Amino acid sequence: RETVSRIQIASNLYLTMGNWLVDHWLSVLILVAWLGLNIFLFVYAFLIYEKADKYFYTREILGTALAFARASALCLNCNSMLILIPVCRNLLSFLRGTCSFCNHTLRKPLDHNLTFHKLVAYMICVFTAIHIIAHLFNFEHYSRSQQAMDGSLASVLSSLSRHEKESNSWLNPIQSPNMTVIYATFTSIAGLTGVILTIALILMVTSAVEFIRRNYFELFWYTHHLFIIYIICLALHGMGGIVRAQTEDSMGESHPYNCSKSFHEWDKYVSSCRRPHFEGHPPESWKWILAPIALYIFERILRFYRSQQRVVITKVVMHPSNVLELQMRKRGFSMEVGQYIFVNCPSVSLLEWHPFTLTSAPEEDFFSIHIRSAGDWTENLIRAFEHQHSPMPRIQVDGPFGTVSEDVFQFEVAVLVGAGIGVTPFASILKSIWYKFQRADHKLKTQKIYFYWICRETGAFAWFNNLLSSLEQEMEELGKIGFLNYRLFLTGWDSNIAGHAALNFDKATDILTGLKQKTSFGRPMWDNEFSTIATAYPKSVVGVFLCGPQTLAKSLSKCCHRYSSLDPRKVQFYFNKEIF
Amino acid sequence: MGQIEWAMWANEQALASGLILITGGIVATAGRFTQWYFGTYSIAAGVFICLLEYPRGKRKKGSTMERCGQKYMTSVVKLFGPLTRNYYVRAVLHLLLSVPAGFLLATILGTACLAIASTIYLLAAIRGEQWIPIEPKPKERPQVGGTIKQPPTNPPPRPPAEVRKKPSVEEEGAGGPQVNPIPVTDEVV
Repeated sequence: RETVSRIQIASNLYLTMGNWLVDHWLSVLILVAWLGLNIFLFVYAFLIYEKADKYFYTREILGTALAFARASALCLNCNSMLILIPVCRNLLSFLRGTCSFCNHTLRKPLDHNLTFHKLVAYMICVFTAIHIIAHLFNFEHYSRSQQAMDGSLASVLSSLSRHEKESNSWLNPIQSPNMTVIYATFTSIAGLTGVILTIALILMVTSAVEFIRRNYFELFWYTHHLFIIYIICLALHGMGGIVRAQTEDSMGESHPYNCSKSFHEWDKYVSSCRRPHFEGHPPESWKWILAPIALYIFERILRFYRSQQRVVITKVVMHPSNVLELQMRKRGFSMEVGQYIFVNCPSVSLLEWHPFTLTSAPEEDFFSIHIRSAGDWTENLIRAFEHQHSPMPRIQVDGPFGTVSEDVFQFEVAVLVGAGIGVTPFASILKSIWYKFQRADHKLKTQKIYFYWICRETGAFAWFNNLLSSLEQEMEELGKIGFLNYRLFLTGWDSNIAGHAALNFDKATDILTGLKQKTSFGRPMWDNEFSTIATAYPKSVVGVFLCGPQTLAKSLSKCCHRYSSLDPRKVQFYFNKEIF
Repeated sequence: MGQIEWAMWANEQALASGLILITGGIVATAGRFTQWYFGTYSIAAGVFICLLEYPRGKRKKGSTMERCGQKYMTSVVKLFGPLTRNYYVRAVLHLLLSVPAGFLLATILGTACLAIASTIYLLAAIRGEQWIPIEPKPKERPQVGGTIKQPPTNPPPRPPAEVRKKPSVEEEGAGGPQVNPIPVTDEVV
């Protein structure tokens, strides 16, 4: 028996890894390609600056720190180009739309855009650190060789002055032994822009940590616009031509292989070697970032244009526990289940846009959101709509965005689990499934839904309650009571509530929710649930969809493995981890 | 913007500045740059700042995510009472700490970041924010039998022995009329 279960565990593990890879191969590919690109660019630039002849004299003063600085600079240019692209959400929506014939797996990476943005940001931080440390060494070496009186090659090279007739002959930007590195830094374009953009980067990072972002979103949003300073300073950063290489002509005339040893005799008549001449590079950062900047400006213009289109509010409903429902219409708006929109209300705040999951089904002729009071902006918005006598505030909408999991309609049996606020997208899904069922939509393969709603207390979701009870009613009318099987689990129960429930055990409807299905207390015992479903549908493919915390995802995916039969003809549970 | 607790951001910024000071200090000291002793100062200042800023303060509303293992530093930082509670003190402290690091290029970034953190702390102090330590919640154990001092000494009251006897067979027939022990007349007018 033990060997059988070990084989089962092992094969389930492979199946999981296999399943995961099948679902995510494109994301993994993109990640590997991006890492590979970074490594390639770093090594490429490193080798050039470490080996090329035109940097021979530069290396004489600076050593390997030169190569580190330049290699990290190239990677910084590349990553600064890449970082703007994942935040162009309209562009990504467009890509997703044009790829609608594509497999759902191909579109998955588009939904991980913010993860990619963060990864690129971390990489920028790492390379910035390398770049700055390398340049600290570079400036120190330049300073030392300018002050050195030992007649070494380095000190001779440093004495090549920029004020002489051939203004191109200087190598060392620190021209006098009295100049400190701090002075040299802040009086050069590269140094000044470098310091400013690093400070901007640090401020962006400290205000974007999860703790600040979740709790003080506006602080994150406004501070993150420092990226404009970052971009401008980056474009200007290379303008000083401070990294110098020997010119072609000078190399032809006095190649370092021939002339580096005889530096005491440069420009003397007897020697064939002349003083080397150097030139700086033109700035290249702008070439990398120009296209993404243009794309991003276009994206912001597009967002503005879309937001200017009129949104007609067709219905305003105040639900219990201070939940506001807005039903709206907008020309050209088309949505799919589980998507979200960004909402702006100029009378509450001119600049803030907040995301909300859509709670209406695509089959309805309006789109709706349910807004809970969760902070400054939401409270003010709800208050603005509560005033019956003042004119209705104007709303601007951008979207819809987000992943579209059409898989939810593809399974014969669907197990839907919504925890806490994760129940919101299921409003859209349940309604849509019901509409499709009524119209006998052939795209809908679902025959049975098990819906688990887990929350602390139903207070703020009383509106969802109403949705369930109206679905209950409609199913009764159509005689299809068995189609939707839902259970509500209250995890925030106390002895009072339990006492009440025990007293009212015989009543037909639940005392807390008024629904026909009784409320359960505590967390669901997934083993029982899964074994019941497996017994009821021994030959079906069951899709499990979750919108909730990671711990729940783990237990559900474990149960999926445990209750999936080894025989592919028998019951199979597929866990859809990424949802909405 | 009214609900922003600036001290939370100042705390992140100061922690980052501490790390930057340490890094810059290590580079300057290891590379024996000119005036590298400022680098050594920078490392010490950076470590001090990181230790001071590591324990996150409690938010005014809602629950606060603790940093990993911060409770040890919380108890130390708590000891200094008003010196660590008050954000004016922190603002001035960070400003003073940042000055010596400004003499060295390797640590000047740390200076700038720490000065910014100091400014944000000043803003927090003006708005009346304070550092409140996150206390571990005392585990509420359900007091099983807390009110039971001693078991009852008397048995519970019971009716007399005759009534406790099992009911006789005649009374099993519940359908029959009641037999009155005393004749009763029914007065119907």
